[in-house]
Amino acid sequence: YCLSGHPTLPCNVLKFKSTTIMLDCGLDMTSTLNFLPLPLVQSPRLSKLPGWVLKDGSTFLDKELKECSGHVFVDSVPEFCLPETELLDLSTVDVILISNYHCMMALPYITECTGFTGTVYATEPTVQIGRLLMEELVNSIERVPKAQSASMWKNKEVQRLLPAPLKDAVEVSMWRKCYTMPEVNAALSKIQMVGYSQKIELFGAVQVTPLSSGYALGSSNWIIQSHYEKVSYVSGSSLLTTHPQPMDQTSLKNSDVLILTGLTQIPTANPDGMVGEFCSNLAMTVRNGGNVLVPCYPSGVIYDLLECLYQYIDSAGLSNVPFYFISPVANSSLEFSQIFAEWLCHNKQTKVYLPEPPFPHAELIQTNKLKHYPSIHGDFSNDFKQPCVVFTGHPSLRFGDVVHFMELWGKSSLNTVIFTEPDFSYLDALAPYQPLAMKCVYCPIDTRLNFIQVSKLLKEVQPLHVVCPEQYTQPPPTQSHRTDLMIDCQPPPMSYRRAEVLTLPYKRRYEKIEIMPDLADSLVPLEIKPGISLATVSAMLHTKDNKHVLQLPPKPPQAPASKKRKRVSDDVPEGKPPKPLLSGSIPVEQFVQTLEKHGFSDVKVEDTAKGHIVLLQEAETLIQLEEDSTHIICDNDEPLRAKLRDLVLKFLQKF
Amino acid sequence: AAGALDVIFTLQGDPSLFVAAAARRLLVHTLSLSLECEMSKAPGTRVCDWPLCAQMIIKHIEDSLQSSSISHIKQSLKLLAGLFGGCHAPWTEVLWLSVAKQVESFLVEESVQAPHLLVDLLLNMSRSPVFCDSEGNFWALVTSALEHLNPVQAGPLTVGILRLHKCPQDVRIQAVTVLLQPMDCILRAASQPLEYSGLLDESVTDPATVESLLSSKSSCASLLCQTLGHLEKLLSLSHLPVDLPCTSLLRSVVAILQFCNGLLIPASPLGSKISQTLIGCFRVQRAALDVLAVLSERKGCDIPVESFFDVLLSYLESPNTNPVVLKKSFQATSKWLVRLPEMSCFNSQWQITKILQDVFLVLQKRLCSPCWEVRDSSLEFLTILINGLRDQDGFRQTLFSSEVPRLTEDLLEDPESYVRASAVTAAGHLAYIAPESSVAGNQYNKENTVAKLQEIFSTDPEGFPRRAVISIFIKWLKKGYTALLQDTEQFVSKVIQTAERDFDWEVRLGGLELVEVFFVQTLCRLGRPKCHYAPFSPEFTSSVRHNESLQIFCRTKLFGFLFCSLCDCDRPVGQKACDILLAIRSSFYTSNSLKDSLDPEEVGHGIGWLQRTLRQGSLAQNFPTGSSQEVDFQDPESMLLALGTIDLEELHDDLNKSSDHVEKSPQSLLEDILATVGAIEENEADCY
Repeated sequence: YCLSGHPTLPCNVLKFKSTTIMLDCGLDMTSTLNFLPLPLVQSPRLSKLPGWVLKDGSTFLDKELKECSGHVFVDSVPEFCLPETELLDLSTVDVILISNYHCMMALPYITECTGFTGTVYATEPTVQIGRLLMEELVNSIERVPKAQSASMWKNKEVQRLLPAPLKDAVEVSMWRKCYTMPEVNAALSKIQMVGYSQKIELFGAVQVTPLSSGYALGSSNWIIQSHYEKVSYVSGSSLLTTHPQPMDQTSLKNSDVLILTGLTQIPTANPDGMVGEFCSNLAMTVRNGGNVLVPCYPSGVIYDLLECLYQYIDSAGLSNVPFYFISPVANSSLEFSQIFAEWLCHNKQTKVYLPEPPFPHAELIQTNKLKHYPSIHGDFSNDFKQPCVVFTGHPSLRFGDVVHFMELWGKSSLNTVIFTEPDFSYLDALAPYQPLAMKCVYCPIDTRLNFIQVSKLLKEVQPLHVVCPEQYTQPPPTQSHRTDLMIDCQPPPMSYRRAEVLTLPYKRRYEKIEIMPDLADSLVPLEIKPGISLATVSAMLHTKDNKHVLQLPPKPPQAPASKKRKRVSDDVPEGKPPKPLLSGSIPVEQFVQTLEKHGFSDVKVEDTAKGHIVLLQEAETLIQLEEDSTHIICDNDEPLRAKLRDLVLKFLQKF
Repeated sequence: AAGALDVIFTLQGDPSLFVAAAARRLLVHTLSLSLECEMSKAPGTRVCDWPLCAQMIIKHIEDSLQSSSISHIKQSLKLLAGLFGGCHAPWTEVLWLSVAKQVESFLVEESVQAPHLLVDLLLNMSRSPVFCDSEGNFWALVTSALEHLNPVQAGPLTVGILRLHKCPQDVRIQAVTVLLQPMDCILRAASQPLEYSGLLDESVTDPATVESLLSSKSSCASLLCQTLGHLEKLLSLSHLPVDLPCTSLLRSVVAILQFCNGLLIPASPLGSKISQTLIGCFRVQRAALDVLAVLSERKGCDIPVESFFDVLLSYLESPNTNPVVLKKSFQATSKWLVRLPEMSCFNSQWQITKILQDVFLVLQKRLCSPCWEVRDSSLEFLTILINGLRDQDGFRQTLFSSEVPRLTEDLLEDPESYVRASAVTAAGHLAYIAPESSVAGNQYNKENTVAKLQEIFSTDPEGFPRRAVISIFIKWLKKGYTALLQDTEQFVSKVIQTAERDFDWEVRLGGLELVEVFFVQTLCRLGRPKCHYAPFSPEFTSSVRHNESLQIFCRTKLFGFLFCSLCDCDRPVGQKACDILLAIRSSFYTSNSLKDSLDPEEVGHGIGWLQRTLRQGSLAQNFPTGSSQEVDFQDPESMLLALGTIDLEELHDDLNKSSDHVEKSPQSLLEDILATVGAIEENEADCY
């Protein structure tokens, strides 16, 4: 079941062997781009924007919609596009597996609003950093309460009249306001923390295991397997050497199905090149006396960026330029990153034993080159010096302290805003700030797998089937000639889209059953071919918690002393010895010779599609020999039938 | 003799390549010796008339060629190639006739065996007057080879043919056709039908083989790299005996570059396949940019498309460009930019300015790159541009209104010494063309650059930047950049004093070169003829100016530096100093006025001590560094005396004889290699 249309913020549900497993619950925040930014201090510019008027002059929407440089925005608290809730009853979901902290932002909506009673599994860094992201999100939205809330525009009839992109926005009725901190806490309390390669049994039916995916601290891919089937869920993985533990590829081998999501959103941008671009543009701006604004999440790529800058600033003569990191969770994020040693790449792990902080941002903080603040109020306003570099959220430019800096620095062409997060179109993000004098640089750094890496990965792990979002099965819409930017594998991948249900291409054929030792003891195997022995088993099948056990059948009841009462037990089958089973095949020529030896002189053989028919004309009898059955058809001549049956049985093995 | 020949035949198959090659050479020599020496008259036209030894060799070659063993066939082909390559006597034709049929049969086989050896053989033959002048069969064989070998195998043959000055025109045309086929295919795959006519006349070529090679992932890049490599080689020749269609070639190369960065929307299924293979292929990008660079030097090769510079700019701009590809993009761009003013399609100044503005915007960003290689190549690019375009007003204006000069100045403090060195060179060139500080709007202060360079020269801990500074100083002095130097004499004196203390011998050598330039310029300024070797007029040698120049040299402390350098532990420094002193002497003394009769020990002024010190050469630990020593290097009279009495010729000979610094013999080179890599058995065998 595909509940999200966003390939990098997936939310899928897998029904597998009587379990219902939700794979990630990403929150599509691109919907917020349709809203006006939430400024911390009132912005005269934004408050003066004209209301939107319909072509026919109707003004009934002018309170809800505002116009800015030719674009129309909803003047209300930003809302998010939730995963589908109608496709299946989400209260039946047994477990939710989270692959990384970006893919859990819809968790409170699912666990708190759908009757969900299951468990959520995620690694410790995922939970902790996920909490930080949620806290920052709630904080940035709640601290700017909005008096009004727009809903009229969502009316289907009204929406039709709106200009693009509002007109084309999907599922607007599903858009919801941000959750609250109590909801976040309640949702997070349902998470059970797991470690890489830890095997978790789900109701005895399947086993799930997180594996390192190399993308972010604690990010994981998941293996979901039974005794005979294996489904791998690959979401947000990276093969580059950045701070997290490298990706575990070998455990993905031998999958029946590999679900592939969370590939890079910018397949044409090489992250190394982009980091170079980031540094060059940053240096150029600062040297010209301008400020640099980097809208970012409080965790993830920012660690790598700070590390690159650490190496670069001295050489670029930027030692005296202050770097500010402003986020309600800035401090926790920087500190958390230093304590998750076991989740880091090898190089960083070894530093911990020296002992040294694994990330060099500790040194930047010590030397006062990097300063962090919970918000622009308080200490920051006292320390603030320009030119400077500010890292702050939110990358959508709709809420968070970034709104303030956009308003502050937008008018000067000396300043630059550098977009490093790939989740939002930078032009859409900038739309409500137009006209803008400040320079805009787009350096999206997305370390997730690109299509070349995917093709290598698939060659390496060789899954029988690949299942992926439909976006990955065709070139990007803006570059339709780039056929290299799609998944290329054999057999071709199966694709899914939002609100679609897909039947995965495997058949469950086997189930593992345990045989109790005393039952096994009683078996008498018969070798029918060298190396293959068969035995008939009469036993009782005991099934509990999806585990199947064959036990000795209960002993037959003692023969009653008197024949007066003959009781047939319903519960316990009678312990009659089973009829012997037959195996083998009947060679027609030899069979005919045998018949002739036994006095049947007029034997005639006809070939049929499935075998042979042996005709005994005189006796008006017919013997059908087929691969898996033999029929003797004779008219009311039981002795003849028995005789023929015995002749047939001579050719077969009994056990 | 037969036994000896058999041994040599066997040795052709020796596992050691050296032994096998020596055996082949020996057979070649034996054959030609037996034919040219043993026979008093010219060898007969039949092999059976030849000496026995020659017959045995020919027989061996024939047998090997007919054998089923591929290694024997290869040995014989190599032997034949060696024979025709080294021996151009008329009897080689007789030999050829006896093997021609067999060799021809190799070419028409289903899959050609040892194609590269056949190509070598044909090329060696084509250079021999015996065959290249022949009207008939040989060229038919070459034509057949061009037809039967696949494009990858035929590549080296086409290049070889196109370099020949004696070759039938139709063979040449066919070689061009084979060589250019991949480029033609690219052009057709990249453009809409009828848009361009392609490189070749369609009727001449059957593109099926090339198309199948280009549409396969494994062969596409290597075929293109090979073709581009061949083209680069050919286009770099100053006299190419054939006209290549440069404009179409340029279009094709641009199309390859567009395929490689995904900018080109393919016009055919073949184009889609090529595009898929080439996107991000650094190997092909590098090769294509090399060809693009050499094409800039071809006359009549005009820019075919408006977007030509857009393609180059996209490479310079893209963060995905690999550093080596970026360097090559810079090289190609600089070559084409330097040509811009003379190109007919870019006659509007506005267009040129626009391109330069775009280039400087990119350059600005690249100068701030965190990757030092990129900063370094950017600075080199800037230097090349200044050298090529400094006379263009538009260029200077655009340059100085950009941020580039300021960023270049910043890079003089780069932590990477190579970058500092390149920044020094670029800044030195910038200063040369910078407008006066007084000019309105000029933010570039060249006086700062001079001061900064002098600071680097005396304080930089690495040799490269200091070497770069001295080279720039020499350039400034040569070009008469006196406005910048203000007081040349003081400048030279300061540089000399810093240079003589430098630990880097190349810097000290640079200091001497500066002295040489200064010396020549001073004499010229005082009336010496421009030509270095022209005899001095008596007026000059005896004039007051004569005296004046001596005084200038003394004031700049030039003699102290020169005499000290004679004892430098690095021989090139000593040699240079000696050469300069000899030149100075010749300007003060005519050959017959030398005071040979005077004994240095007797003339006083410490000249005797100087002579003794100099004779000790670099062993002279106590060579004077200040004026408190026995000789006063700033005293004109002493110096004139020293020049006249010290036996500079003898010193010159000694310096040239000594071999402590540079040993040029191959044996010494091999010893050095062995000392570096370790004298293990395998290395010793290689060196042997």
